[in-house]
Amino acid sequence: MTSGFSDLSVSVSDEVRSTTCYMCACRCGIHVHLRSGRVSYIEGNRSHPVNKGVLCAKGASGIMQVFSPSRLRAPLKRVGPRGSGAFVEISWEEALSTAASWLRPLRESAPEKLAFFTGRDQSQSFTGWWAQQFGTPNYAAHGGFCSVNMAAGGIYTIGGSFWEFGQPDWDRTKLFVLFGVAEDHDSNPIKIGLGRLKARGARVIGINPIRSGYNAVADDWLGITPGTDGLLILSLIHCLFEAGRIDLDYLARWTNAPLLVNATEGAEKGLILRNAESQPFVIDRRTGQPAPWDGPGVEPDLGATYQGHRTVFQHMAERYLAAEHAPEAVAERCGIPAGRIRALAAELADVAFNQAIEIAQPWTDFRGNRHETMVGRPVSFHAMRGISAHSNGFQTARALHLLQIILGAVETPGGYRLKPPYPKPVEAHPSPHFTAVPGQPLSGPHLGYVRGPEQLALKADGSPARIDKAFSWEAPFSAHGLMHMAIANAHAGDPYRIDTLLLYMANMAWNSSMNTSQVMAMLTDRDASGAYVIPRIIYSDAYASEMVAYADLILPDTTYLERHDCISLLDRPISEPEAAGDSIRWPVIEPDRDVRGFQSVLLDLGVRLGLPGMTNPDGTAKFADYADYIVNHIRRPGVGPLIGWRGADGSKEGRGEANPDQLRRYIENGGFYQAHVPAEARFMKPWNMAYQDWAVKTSFYETPQPYLFSIWSEPMRRFQLAAEGHGAIQPPDHLRARLIRAMDPLPIWYPPFGDDEAAGWGYPVHALTQRPMDMYHSWGSQNAWLRQIRGRNFLYVPTALWEAHGFEDGDYARVTSPSGQITVPVAHMAALNPHTVWTWNAIGKRRGAWALDAGAHEAKEGFLLNHLISELLPARGDGHRWSNSDPVTGQAAWFDLRVRIEKAGPQDRSLPQFPDLPRVVPQGRERRR
Amino acid sequence: MTTLPKSTARQLGLVIDLDTCVGCQACVTACKGWNDQGPAVAGLSDRDPYGAEPDGAFLNRVHSYQVAPDGGGAASLAQTVTFPRSCLHCQDAPCVTVCPTGASYKRAEDGIVLVNEAACIGCGLCAWACPYGAREMDPSAQVMKKCTLCIDRIYNETLPEVDREPACVRTCPTGARHFGDFADPESEVSRLTRDRGGYDLMPALGTRPTNKYLPPRPKDRPVEVSPLSPLLEIRAGDPAEGLAGWLDRILRKI
Repeated sequence: MTSGFSDLSVSVSDEVRSTTCYMCACRCGIHVHLRSGRVSYIEGNRSHPVNKGVLCAKGASGIMQVFSPSRLRAPLKRVGPRGSGAFVEISWEEALSTAASWLRPLRESAPEKLAFFTGRDQSQSFTGWWAQQFGTPNYAAHGGFCSVNMAAGGIYTIGGSFWEFGQPDWDRTKLFVLFGVAEDHDSNPIKIGLGRLKARGARVIGINPIRSGYNAVADDWLGITPGTDGLLILSLIHCLFEAGRIDLDYLARWTNAPLLVNATEGAEKGLILRNAESQPFVIDRRTGQPAPWDGPGVEPDLGATYQGHRTVFQHMAERYLAAEHAPEAVAERCGIPAGRIRALAAELADVAFNQAIEIAQPWTDFRGNRHETMVGRPVSFHAMRGISAHSNGFQTARALHLLQIILGAVETPGGYRLKPPYPKPVEAHPSPHFTAVPGQPLSGPHLGYVRGPEQLALKADGSPARIDKAFSWEAPFSAHGLMHMAIANAHAGDPYRIDTLLLYMANMAWNSSMNTSQVMAMLTDRDASGAYVIPRIIYSDAYASEMVAYADLILPDTTYLERHDCISLLDRPISEPEAAGDSIRWPVIEPDRDVRGFQSVLLDLGVRLGLPGMTNPDGTAKFADYADYIVNHIRRPGVGPLIGWRGADGSKEGRGEANPDQLRRYIENGGFYQAHVPAEARFMKPWNMAYQDWAVKTSFYETPQPYLFSIWSEPMRRFQLAAEGHGAIQPPDHLRARLIRAMDPLPIWYPPFGDDEAAGWGYPVHALTQRPMDMYHSWGSQNAWLRQIRGRNFLYVPTALWEAHGFEDGDYARVTSPSGQITVPVAHMAALNPHTVWTWNAIGKRRGAWALDAGAHEAKEGFLLNHLISELLPARGDGHRWSNSDPVTGQAAWFDLRVRIEKAGPQDRSLPQFPDLPRVVPQGRERRR
Repeated sequence: MTTLPKSTARQLGLVIDLDTCVGCQACVTACKGWNDQGPAVAGLSDRDPYGAEPDGAFLNRVHSYQVAPDGGGAASLAQTVTFPRSCLHCQDAPCVTVCPTGASYKRAEDGIVLVNEAACIGCGLCAWACPYGAREMDPSAQVMKKCTLCIDRIYNETLPEVDREPACVRTCPTGARHFGDFADPESEVSRLTRDRGGYDLMPALGTRPTNKYLPPRPKDRPVEVSPLSPLLEIRAGDPAEGLAGWLDRILRKI
């Protein structure tokens, strides 16, 4: 028998162009193969630091995103009622001049009346800069409804966080513990890492109510009850303290554990005790006397008491040794037997201390002490949305970092490693800027890290300065803003009315909002005069998402293969622990529609408005387009969006003048650049002078910024003090008790808001969503390949509930929460926490959207849990309705959801259903070949 | 009827590690993407791709199962196992012997089972004969399609040598898929199969699959570490004294 294939060496394509994936947030390197000028095949780039050649299900399906029938084709102007989907195509000139005519008067009179929020935006250092030049305080990306608790919890504790800013030492860790995770944060690096751990037999422990995906391959699974991760972590800390299995040397040298806590009653109680020069100090074990915290040779005494003031360490011991944290006290609530908690604590201690590793790498710390080796604790952790999307998520994230710290496993070999430009202490970040002045830019960046009440974004009358109430008493550390509150607050006129809502890549009329039906009503609501309550909505998206119908003006974006982008060290880079990294996208194909990259459109709009920074004195454009901006924008002297190939001849790294040839150099290198960390600087970065000096040289900060990890958080204590009545800036009375509890300066656990009451109200079951590894938000449903893999979602029900309700295959359930009801198909799942139901995120679609057939499973049986989640909690005894958010950061508490379920028998569609969205693009058809 | 080669010089195939596969579907779309653009498989069509019942050809699919072991204690916790499924390139491939036209055949040189699409009449007998459900009728072309082990990659001299492996193996983010020659006892696939107890799917059927699966390691074992012993009984007696005593003991350790 002869082969049917005459030639096995057929060339794959005419040309390969290397750029950066955008099928999720992970930013892998891809090779895009072109045949006759069309995309023919996409594969991972082997030399790329993020994915090292591999590619996930989404990435390889990117070709179908580029051919998607739901791509918008031209700018659109609304001609019917909002939400009706009645649009006419207009020219870009008309679109841009319309937008400029709406925005110009706002900038000249009240810049805050523009609210600009971006969703899955990977150009935040640019979009934020644009909003700053416009002068509105109302800018943020989507972190507030995503995972700001992880980011802020980490930065306030260790000066970095998981995912983009840190990762396990995959090469050396021997025990990896994964707390509930969204599988695109990040996608391929975690899979690559897990594969490496498996290949060398390292142990993996998964702590997640749902045993799927990464948890399915974990050696041990702890099917924790949602919202109790912090309780479990503090119990592990209890066990380690009880046994004295903590890294005392690490705590004494690198954390604020030996600093003294002011015990004097009054306005400074609980702050770190300072000397006459306003410097924190320690008690030196050698002398028993006060000594500078950073003095050469000083040996800080963890157990010191000085004039009645005790060390942070003593406060820790007192709290975590308390019986309330014993495994036996928390086992039932966590849903994990006490013996398993004790066994996990023992395993952590065994690996950290009995299996310690040592690297023969001399280094010098910031005190000037020379060390001959680096000692490692080969235990590492990763966590993301699972633990952070709760109203106790910030404290839980802090607790997890505390657990890493007491094991000595942060920035040591085998543990958790920060990625440049992190480590970076809170003090090295800006604080929020929010004062709108007509006709003027904002005085600095919108988002930042608050150190005390005086940095809150409040107006003179104490009301929030921002439409989302970020950096207010309701969410003091809301470092990513509160996008999920923007529409509700704008509709309520609370704290004030806005004029124009500008949204980018955020499906707020569907899966990106809580309380979806209500949001649709808010977007279409009219006042007594018949005018829309939110007067104008401009939206930019590449696809016919559900949000498109609710905008007045649509600015159609390109797909990711048709655009320039910049993955920058100024916001969310692609660094590795041993290399700072950034990357670009570039148009590997040209659009075949009348669409433009949103960033170039913003620049054009900015010039029409005469915004500083992008407009020349004669009114002409300073940058031709976004690509020109990427190369030539100077943020600080010598520092621009990209660190690679700077300087006139491309020889400079990090700092240097703009290089007109920079993008070509990136393209030649596969779209990315890496600045490698010197060998001596690879670990112990916050305290390692070789790293500090390299970080200054490479432009992350202007002077070395060594710091101690903040086990005791002074910024948090300052808010407690205010809530206790100290200081001139005072919170509203109804928030005092909540602030005192939530702003505890030592990590604590409290039940998610409403959790204690939920069962009594008749909502005994926890309800979660997970994002599948093969879908990203709502994008996947337009993808012909991905929707065949996961075009349906079910409510997965654990065995006990399945049997108790007498469910059978094909049944539906009525699912009721305090704020809504849905009727949805169910399926049985055994490997699931017994008090928890869940479904896949964002599979459900509205009929008419995404170029799908009206009978598509996504629109017929598919569903969202969003209908059950309100942005406000039920009224409390005092009549106030708290935001359904973390009280520290304002992170949307998606996973606090509590429901009851009832059998509804077989149905032919899920509820609620909404009227068909009129199509702005035709329904998709089979692709011609 | 089509005959099988008596033996094959090489025996190329895959080892799939079920202990490491997280079910991410990367191999599914990498396979789809590669084979959709040919040349070995003349495209993989998607009928009604944006409709109510999209029906496309995929040569590799990943399934997920719930498993309830009975090990007592933690070891009786239910598990989720993900299972990638594609052609196993059987040594006694029933899909070949059942083919009425000779379109299905097994290569003598390397054991790869292929379909000559030009000779396929779309009768579907081979799909019926395959106990693993590994063959797919292309919904538009109405010919049978199947995994070729990326024969147009593994022998493709226009590709860098490192890329001459199946698309599913190249893309697998966890490294759960391995490609090689089972006829070579020293190959990585042979070694993994030996070391990790690689097994045949449904061996009783006598198909003698080439591809091997590595079983998941035992899970939820009790940890072989004694629980930590307290420094002293803090909970007993005066808590303040307990704390002082604890501090005293622990700080002596420095």
